Amino acid sequence: MSVELDVFVGNTTIMDEEVYQFWLDGYTVNDAVKVRMEGGVLEECEASAEVLRSDTMDQYRTFQMCERLLHSPAKLANQLLFQIPPHRQAMLIERYYTFDGVFVREVLGKKLSKGTKKDLDDVSAKTGVTLKSCRRQFDNFKRVFKVVEELKGPLVENIRQHFLLSDKLARDYAAIVFFANNRFETGKKKLHYLTFQDFAFCAGQLIIVHCNHSRVLMRPALIGKEFLQDLKELKILITDKDLLDQHKSLVCTALRGKTKAFNEMEANFKNLSRGLVNIAAKLTNTKDVRDFFIDLVEKFIEPCRSDKWTAGDMRLYLTHYTNSAHILDTFKHQVVWDRYMGVIKSCILKMYHD
Amino acid sequence: MPGKLKAKIVAGRHLPVMDRASDLTDAFVEVKFGNTTFKTDVYPKSLNPQWNSEWFKFEVDDEDLQDEPLQITVLDHDTYSANDAIGKVYIDIDPLLSSEAATVISGWFPIYDTIHGIRGEINVLVKVDLFNDLNRFRQSSCGVKFFCTTSIPRCYRAALVHGFVEELVVNEDPEYQWIDRIRTPRASNEARQRLISLMSGELQRKIGLKVLEMGGNAVVGYLQCFDLEGESGLVVRAIGTACTLDKLIPGSASNTNTHPNTAPASNACNSPSKEIKEPVFSEDPTHPLSVPPTPLRTLPSSSSPPPFSPSKLCSRQSSSSDTDLSLTPKMGMGSGISVGKEAGPLKTLLRQQAQSALEQREFPFFTLTCFPPGFLVHIGGVVSARSVKLLDRIHNPALGNTRSYKLLDWNSVAADEPETRDAWWEEIRQEIKSHAKALGCHAVVGYSESTTIWYITHTILRPTSISSEEVCILSASGTAAMLNPRFMREGCLDAGGSDQRLSRQPPLGMVGSERAEGEVSSSWLGFDDASPPSCGFCHIPYDEFNMPFPAQLTYCYHCRRQKVPDVLFTTIDLPAEAAVTGKGCLIQARLCRTKKKAQGEVNATAISNLLPFMEYELHTQLMNKLKLRCMNALFGLRIQISVGENMLLGLASATGVYLSALPAPGGIQIAGKTPSDLSYDQHISTMQKRINDTIAMNKELYNIHPPECIEEVVGSPIPDRQRSRLFRSTSESSDELSELDLSHGKKDAFVLEIDDTDAVEDIQSLLTDAPMPAGFYSCNTEVMPGIYNWTSGLQMFTSVRVYRLNNANLTNQGLNKIFTDLCENLLKSLYFKLRSMIPCCLCHLNFTVAVPEEELIQVAVTAVAMSFDKETQLAADKALNKGSGENEEQLQFSMELCGESTSSNNQPTAKPSGLPESAMTHSSSRASSSERCSPLPEVRSRSLRSTRSLPCGAPVTVVKMTPLSFLPRTRIVKYLGIINMFFIRETTSLREEGGVSGFLHSFIAEVFAMVRAHVAALGGNAVVSYSMKECVFMENPNKNQAQCLINVSGDAVIFVRESDQEAIPPLITCGQTSTTGADGTT
Repeated sequence: MSVELDVFVGNTTIMDEEVYQFWLDGYTVNDAVKVRMEGGVLEECEASAEVLRSDTMDQYRTFQMCERLLHSPAKLANQLLFQIPPHRQAMLIERYYTFDGVFVREVLGKKLSKGTKKDLDDVSAKTGVTLKSCRRQFDNFKRVFKVVEELKGPLVENIRQHFLLSDKLARDYAAIVFFANNRFETGKKKLHYLTFQDFAFCAGQLIIVHCNHSRVLMRPALIGKEFLQDLKELKILITDKDLLDQHKSLVCTALRGKTKAFNEMEANFKNLSRGLVNIAAKLTNTKDVRDFFIDLVEKFIEPCRSDKWTAGDMRLYLTHYTNSAHILDTFKHQVVWDRYMGVIKSCILKMYHD
Repeated sequence: MPGKLKAKIVAGRHLPVMDRASDLTDAFVEVKFGNTTFKTDVYPKSLNPQWNSEWFKFEVDDEDLQDEPLQITVLDHDTYSANDAIGKVYIDIDPLLSSEAATVISGWFPIYDTIHGIRGEINVLVKVDLFNDLNRFRQSSCGVKFFCTTSIPRCYRAALVHGFVEELVVNEDPEYQWIDRIRTPRASNEARQRLISLMSGELQRKIGLKVLEMGGNAVVGYLQCFDLEGESGLVVRAIGTACTLDKLIPGSASNTNTHPNTAPASNACNSPSKEIKEPVFSEDPTHPLSVPPTPLRTLPSSSSPPPFSPSKLCSRQSSSSDTDLSLTPKMGMGSGISVGKEAGPLKTLLRQQAQSALEQREFPFFTLTCFPPGFLVHIGGVVSARSVKLLDRIHNPALGNTRSYKLLDWNSVAADEPETRDAWWEEIRQEIKSHAKALGCHAVVGYSESTTIWYITHTILRPTSISSEEVCILSASGTAAMLNPRFMREGCLDAGGSDQRLSRQPPLGMVGSERAEGEVSSSWLGFDDASPPSCGFCHIPYDEFNMPFPAQLTYCYHCRRQKVPDVLFTTIDLPAEAAVTGKGCLIQARLCRTKKKAQGEVNATAISNLLPFMEYELHTQLMNKLKLRCMNALFGLRIQISVGENMLLGLASATGVYLSALPAPGGIQIAGKTPSDLSYDQHISTMQKRINDTIAMNKELYNIHPPECIEEVVGSPIPDRQRSRLFRSTSESSDELSELDLSHGKKDAFVLEIDDTDAVEDIQSLLTDAPMPAGFYSCNTEVMPGIYNWTSGLQMFTSVRVYRLNNANLTNQGLNKIFTDLCENLLKSLYFKLRSMIPCCLCHLNFTVAVPEEELIQVAVTAVAMSFDKETQLAADKALNKGSGENEEQLQFSMELCGESTSSNNQPTAKPSGLPESAMTHSSSRASSSERCSPLPEVRSRSLRSTRSLPCGAPVTVVKMTPLSFLPRTRIVKYLGIINMFFIRETTSLREEGGVSGFLHSFIAEVFAMVRAHVAALGGNAVVSYSMKECVFMENPNKNQAQCLINVSGDAVIFVRESDQEAIPPLITCGQTSTTGADGTT
């Protein structure tokens, strides 16, 4: 005797969160049944493996039917096919758009193209996330990208409204979209120690203002047109020998006796300063933008780390480094400097860990 | 020309992409009614078109209004080729024709295509202006209300129950017309859907006419079925109970004119505050007092029973005030008949009166399963009849040249055709009637009819096969009963009618009853042997010295005055006033019998030869299982026999209960025939032990602790033998009528002889029934006896399974085992799915079996899971146990004051209700917690509406669905009309749609969605008495094709939630009730 057809349809759609997670994670029905059995639902409800299998199949089918609606979450609220209470709808959407940190780390900054999608099996093998789940996550990134690309207004808010996501998730998506649009390099070995959350934080710092069309705007906030020239002007800090020395002495005076790493700071000041200011100047060139993170690590974070600066040292140094520039009488670009250093400082502080 | 139908097409949304190039659609809409068609403008390049059309007006006869659906077709405009259809919406405008139902249809409807399923939604507005037509010869019956509910609908009162109405119409099935060979599957499906819609409209109109003729205004318990007889045609038939219903308008004395003396009483009970309190789970047979100016007048306010009081409390209560009531003998007199009085000469008198009331009727049948208190006097037992017919092609000269599928005009064409079917049914009904007579009953209640058709299905998908050898089993069953004739007589209404608020569960806060009245009249007349309501229906209607079948009679364990049988089988719901011990449970008998493959007449003969054996075995199984659960009565019995190519399937489902009035069932004893063998004896004793253990366990499980009875053997003059109440007959086309004596010739305990292989099988099947997991109960009736404190959490569901039997050469036993496992597994799956609702009860579990193909068994279940409140339930159970203990003592001295003893018996049941606050708060917290847990029950609609607004307009209205006639903790304020929908879905890409399961899953979900949308458009928020009457599934995996037909029905209603505060007052008053009750006793 074999079951040829087996369906269960409730007036209110029955969904088990645990099974939903298995489905999202790309488990096959068999695997999900296995895991559920180990989980002990059986003893709890005096059911057999057969019952569990039938239930899992049913739910998988339901999710498959819902998937189309989840692609445009607003539809879920006014479709008539499934009667799902609003808080369950919110759960379905949120979980559907939730992604794995390890997976997103692999595709972060890559072009969301068919080519990348083809390589997902490698990503799957590397991260241990099932291919099915990888595809869903990748398609989600792509879908969000496609929708917000056409929209005006603030990026995070657009994502939140269109996909009915929580604020946190909307911010993460904004970061992903931002990275994909600017093709930031995140895959180099030196950057491996950085997590998605590090990058997402930096992206949040970089995306500040949005006004016109997002195609343009998804560039780092620092590259506003009015800014381009100003950023170049910062170069004076390293090109003008007097200014550089003056800056160094101001910073050293302030730091003396406050940190164990003072000697290293003093010795490296010029190199570090050159690194930071060069990054600012490089930002004006669209092509070089993608090297932002690698530059930051190579030119600044790595030297400091090899000198064994603590996080506190770093904070102290950057604070004084930024503030001392205000005292320089010949330095006229205070506003740009503050804005630039504000972003850079918080990025470095976030990125400065093992 | 008395009607103007107006329709407006507002907008569409989520339309499918019809133009690949632009990924958009140029949609427009055709609105068609009868032969008139209107079109909207094309709304170019949009998936969310805003047509906002003018009002399309159709001026039509009301006859057409009743028959025709409004047909809305959404199309994609194409400049160069033919316009592509996106899908259709059929809107039944019948609800707009009754002044009391809906006034406007407005809302989003899913656009449905028989090949693609739901493709977007369309917003439509429909109105009807109806001019009154007083033409006596009119063909229409606008305004007659239809209800699927098999009890008197909640917000109505039955002034008069007229009786049975039936009708059938026949047409050729478009699927089998020659044109089907050249048209697309879509066109064929649509023709079929439209035809059935037309036919059911026509059927409803014709039944309506009959009702009007009888002087009624409504049909209750309307049951419409389709027989897809393949080549022989398509039959749509319906039965129902004609009634005159009066609407109860809360707070107004609407009935004043018709029944002057009811006015004050109905006023009192209908005042809004009281009406609102009506707790759906209370089973109290209370109703307004007929004569207000009595000392009892205070009762309506003071004696409202608690919401979870068991049924008995109230009736008992009122009877305990006998002394007061007897001061107003007018009631008894006025009614002109002494009700509830069965002894001696009165019994005969009653029978005469009842007979005269019913005699005018050809068939004294009632499709109702729940009755107003006092309606049901005695129950005889189940009566059923089956007949095997060979279907031949309907010869119809007119069809030969009819090219359209227009409904045939039966006035001019071949009027003899439907009459063949009519004659068949007539024959069966006559049989039922004569069975009922043999049981000493003049009426049949809980009556239903069904057919099983077997066709050759191998080539069921197009091109349609030409098969003519189809066999059809017509079945009818019901419960023979004696009814109170007062409800059927016009003349009695003035006096008697006043107290007949016939709704099954009248609002709280009304008390007094005709039951009381019955007793009053009896006490007034000086008779001391009135039947108390809680056991009266169990008393035998037949003459004990002239019994229709051998039976073991005892004096009623409740009143000790009348004779009762030892087991009672019925097709109705448990009467609200019945005294029950413990809880009930679903009992199923399953049977599979092999049959030789045959065709035509040989096949029909083979089937009809097997039928009696199947019925006998099903009956034996039911009896065994009943005893195993220590119960003595079955309610809601439904026996279904399905025919396959090489087997017959029988499935009997019922809800077993322990009726306190009936004797405790004896155990089951196993006897071996060769007692010499020692090991054999051992085997038997282990078996016996297992059985005894199971019985003990079940007693615990169902909380059955009957008072230890002093066995006074009243014995009937006939040797006590195991008897059965099942009266059946099978007849072939030849009209041969046979009656089987299903008695088992054994004494006392039920003895199973194990030498018999059948007996081994019986025992196996007895013991293989898996116990329900903790926290679950199940029944196939409206509500579970013994559970009163429902929460508002409910989940209606449909589950379908098809099994393939792999090994072709199976024995009967093997098949039986498979079939039993199949049903058990399905139940297990349901329990697992619904585990988050624990503690809960699966109510109205309705199984349908079919054998769609050789080696395939299809089982479909529709039911509702309702959760209840554990803690109050425990308290209630405890109190009940205690109560039965007390009752025991009471019995000793209160034998003749049966009313009083029963009231004290029930007093303890009021105790659980004494903890109102805790109970209430607990249940509400339970409801909210259940929303959180995973497979969730339906959520409160209010909370849904108030949740965060989503961008795309207002969220969809939540529509609850239930197969029951009520929703717990709510009050139905309006019936909006009947929902009766028929859908066909077909696919030619079965694999791509997820195989058969994926295909059916989405189809059922779509059907639910369409039902909900129609209800919401009528302004409703629930469907009650929902049922899926047909689910025919056919597949052809080789061709990657499948087709499914589903027919659903129900009543669209508006309900309002009973808030917790509103529910508390009756609880408080109930305390007073019991005090009054106690006063009455002392």
